[in-house]
Amino acid sequence: MKAQYDVEQFLYKQSELLDTKNWQGWIDLFAPDGIYWMPPDASYETWDGQPAIFAEDKNLMTVRMLRVLHPDAWSQRPLWETNHVVSNVSILKASKNGDVEVRSRFHMMELRRDDVRHFAGSYFHKLKKTKSGYAIKLQRVDMTNAQAAYDYVLQVWV
Amino acid sequence: MLKERNPDLSRYVEPDRVRKEVYTDAEIFEREMERIHETVWIYCGHESQVPKAGDYCAVQIGRQPMIMVRGKDRKVNVLYNRCPHRGNMIVGDRKGNTGEQFRCSYHAWTFHHDGKLKNIPMMESGYAGTRYGKDNPDCSMKKAARVESYRGFVFASLSSSGPSLKDFLGKSIVAFDDMCDRAPGGEVEVVPNCFRVIQHSNWKLFMENQIDALHPSVTHQSTGRAAHEVEKILAKNAKGGEALSYHMLSAFATVTIDKWDNFQTINYPHGHCILTGYMGLRPQDPDTKAYDKVMIKAYGRKRFEEIVGVNIHHVLVYPGLSVQSPLQQLRAVRPLGVDRTLTEIWHFRLKGAPEAIYRRSLAYYNLVNSPATLINADDLENFWKCHTGLSSDGGDWVSFGRHHGRDIEEKGVVSSGPNMGTSEAPMRNQMKAWAKYMKEETRTP
Ligand code: FES
Ligand SMILES: [Fe+2]
Repeated sequence: MKAQYDVEQFLYKQSELLDTKNWQGWIDLFAPDGIYWMPPDASYETWDGQPAIFAEDKNLMTVRMLRVLHPDAWSQRPLWETNHVVSNVSILKASKNGDVEVRSRFHMMELRRDDVRHFAGSYFHKLKKTKSGYAIKLQRVDMTNAQAAYDYVLQVWV
Repeated sequence: MLKERNPDLSRYVEPDRVRKEVYTDAEIFEREMERIHETVWIYCGHESQVPKAGDYCAVQIGRQPMIMVRGKDRKVNVLYNRCPHRGNMIVGDRKGNTGEQFRCSYHAWTFHHDGKLKNIPMMESGYAGTRYGKDNPDCSMKKAARVESYRGFVFASLSSSGPSLKDFLGKSIVAFDDMCDRAPGGEVEVVPNCFRVIQHSNWKLFMENQIDALHPSVTHQSTGRAAHEVEKILAKNAKGGEALSYHMLSAFATVTIDKWDNFQTINYPHGHCILTGYMGLRPQDPDTKAYDKVMIKAYGRKRFEEIVGVNIHHVLVYPGLSVQSPLQQLRAVRPLGVDRTLTEIWHFRLKGAPEAIYRRSLAYYNLVNSPATLINADDLENFWKCHTGLSSDGGDWVSFGRHHGRDIEEKGVVSSGPNMGTSEAPMRNQMKAWAKYMKEETRTP
């Protein structure tokens, strides 16, 4: 029960960091060797050596953050906001040392200029238990519409 | 707008400027689909997308839904995705395997992989004495008028006359030679799943942007700077492994607008273009050395030096393909409407090359070409803004005047002048080809 509560709180915090555009805070949730991965197809089993919508270590996440914050990131200047809701959280595997593997579902609404888009799908988190809470070893994001033609691209993490 | 019924569209194109309607008018769009995309050679896909008999992919040529399918005789056919009975599309998926035959989901007419009618349920009782049956070609799926492939890259033309694929490609054929030659065995294979991105603009804005040497340092500055920052930190920590992909990104900022004049564009008949500019793919790390070794073994040192020394940044095959051969990727343009365009972005693996070489270009593919692209996002923003601006009454012309009059023309080939890489020669050349195509219908059934 405790682990369930802690994991849920962790996922809520992650959503909140994204929706408040606290990019550095969000990157800090990852372990030093943590990976954020969004496969282009649900059948993929590894992020390594395959096409990926996102496949980023902390260095690349930092590039993305610095780019989005740069005043000349033209496509990122107009108003945009997101709203994440995370739910259906289930712990698939819990190790003695406190590490967990978690599946959950998300729904994200995005506003860009006057347009609203919806993204939904599932998260798979490999979380490492540390003294200061969980750290993300791997976050896999399967978008329901991963294979769709993107009507404009995603610029930050989902 | 188009007031006359059959306006001379060449009047919309002057040597150094173009009317805005060329981008925004829906009737002009329909006409260019007929006279250009549904006439000339259009890229369908790579043979390795359909390795087994019955494998198919859905392809859009102009406004026509088509199917590229592998037959039992190994031949790749390109057919209209339409049932000759009552017009149903034959396949609804983007790809798959149809087995021994195509079977229409409406009334179960079946067809061979080359489109020929195989059977109709109760054919004898239903059609005896009518004009319908196996001998009537109207009862088979219609084929693209011409299909040819070059080094595995399949093209189709919906016109039975016109130049051969090789004549059409001319010098731009180097795109496929350069890509394949970089493999020790001279062959590439497709990496499954392409990225598909929709832009809210006319297709021509994409073609013009691909070889627009004036825009990268402006449009992509933010990513260039960000990558440069992180690159510096990584260099300090002396890890270095990822350096190349960061370097490709940071080049967008470090190669400043004035330096792009060092690049050159060479422009060919039919609107094709080569943007030269060495992409710095020969660092002396162990991966590159291992690759060099395999290549020298396959080709000998002299030929190897020629192959890896090819000076290409982009090759544009007008009207629908942009190839980055040194990185084994291409983007195929599928116009969806006057103001909407789909690009399919594919990556290829050099057969027989070390895994590390594949991964190197994969990194670029993911960072630059995925739907989460750090680069194209800003291009897409410009495309939409351009299209919206052009739709306004704020002006009638699009200007292509940069370095106009200073191009060097020889035997129909137009090069940007020395140190004039940012010349708008490629746009002028594309529009010249466009005006020629639009002047008259050259398609024959
Ligand atoms: S429409 Fe295809 S079988 Fe009738
Ligand atoms: Fe660009």
